[in-house]
Amino acid sequence: MDESSLVEKSRIMDSARMKRAVSRLASEIVEENHGAKELYIVGIRRRGVPLAERIVDKIEALEGVRPVYGIIDITLYRDDLSTVGANPIVNRTELNEDIDGKIVVLVDDVLYTGRTIRAAMDQLMDFGRPKKVQLAVLIDRGREHRELPIQADFIGKVVPTKQTEIIRVMLKEFDDLEAVGIFERPAE
Amino acid sequence: MEKPYRRRDLLGIRNLTAAEINGILDTAENFREINTREIKKVPTLRGKTVINLFFENSTRTRTSFELAAKRLSADAVNISVSSSSVTKGETILDTALNLDAMQPDCIVVRHSSAGVPHQLAKVSKAAIINAGDGANEHPTQALLDAMTIREHKKKIRGLNVAIVGDILHSRVARSNIHLLTKLGAKVKVAGPGTLVPKDFEHLIDIGETPESINPRSKIQNPKSLEVCQHVEDAIRGADVVMILRIQRERQDSAYFPTLREYSIHYGLTNERLNLAKEDAIVLHPGPMNRGIEISSDVADSSRSLILDQVKYGVTVRMAVLYLATGGSMTGG
Repeated sequence: MDESSLVEKSRIMDSARMKRAVSRLASEIVEENHGAKELYIVGIRRRGVPLAERIVDKIEALEGVRPVYGIIDITLYRDDLSTVGANPIVNRTELNEDIDGKIVVLVDDVLYTGRTIRAAMDQLMDFGRPKKVQLAVLIDRGREHRELPIQADFIGKVVPTKQTEIIRVMLKEFDDLEAVGIFERPAE
Repeated sequence: MEKPYRRRDLLGIRNLTAAEINGILDTAENFREINTREIKKVPTLRGKTVINLFFENSTRTRTSFELAAKRLSADAVNISVSSSSVTKGETILDTALNLDAMQPDCIVVRHSSAGVPHQLAKVSKAAIINAGDGANEHPTQALLDAMTIREHKKKIRGLNVAIVGDILHSRVARSNIHLLTKLGAKVKVAGPGTLVPKDFEHLIDIGETPESINPRSKIQNPKSLEVCQHVEDAIRGADVVMILRIQRERQDSAYFPTLREYSIHYGLTNERLNLAKEDAIVLHPGPMNRGIEISSDVADSSRSLILDQVKYGVTVRMAVLYLATGGSMTGG
């Protein structure tokens, strides 16, 4: 899919709103888990990683404790590797600290079919036995798109979408701007 | 029976571009972490079948491919010549077609004749990986050597690499020369005159079938490969010293008088290694003959990375199997 040919239909978050959403996610995570000391924040590549870093910074600012932080790359756990096309690029998973007994909070930009989260959870289980696994996403596209029984515990914003629409979370680490928009393929 | 060319096969380094080599090495870097986990297995190639078809004995390479396949959850089957129907008179192509009928996804092949993997690639629907064909190529060895060098030198471009020993019969040397020169290193080869042809710079393309010669991939800068008269000239100033195995059976063919004489004139001793750069590293594809091509004190020193090579062998082969048999992705 050529991303540059997509047309933006509407802008749902600007940089200030994204910042507020991330702050709220951080406070909710801390509130739900009674502090930060058992937390293990894990970003899902690619766009979950900068979001997870921001949540970690925010939690440290709130609690004075920096939660353990890691990165998961789900490529090797995908369920669509047999489909014809080019090889997806494998990136590194970095879970350097033991996850046993920890409350793992998976962080991703968009929750859509739930398949990425399934892959991330399978991988987590290969690393140990966390006490709990929770899910934080900036955008939830709505339950009707889910292909697996997976829901988020912490949500920045629910954005009901059509299947033909594409949500793009743009982050300064990868893009020129900070924003969330609904995009569509141009009409033929 | 043309297959769509998508570089599913890994037949040699010769026909790869520098970008493709770096792509394989980068993929391998990202597989490293899996081998340090407590559960050293990912589900990536679940349901795929890998056949290790070895017409020549090999413990290390076969085990390495087998572990790589198993750590990616593929099913690996090993066939060695003694137990195959080749000894019952079947031709290699018939063996391949029979294996193909069982629908494997990948066949890893080693054979004492150059070009066997290339022939198999023409008839087989499975991806073919060359695990060593005669004196032609051993691509995964060159890739794991490159990974070891990159790990310790942080780069390959601009390095001086000495390759010492039986260059004439060595597929390891050929694959390494292709890889290192493509990535911008300068290679010097040395060994007994009978085992290092003087005009080797021009002979390196011998043994290739005409249709597989790719003009892009001839050694890019002829000066990046130099044949040295003396081992000392090759080692002097080197960042990497790669020692090749002396195959004892060659001794009968009168390439050199005795193993002892070989060791005296060409063996890597501390004294010779001191001619290299202070931080030079030593590689050997194994299995090594201690006291012949490499002295025990060099082999056991901290400069010797022989066990790192073995370790990265599994990683590189995981990447190669993934790239050969792993499918692709659709949307998010």
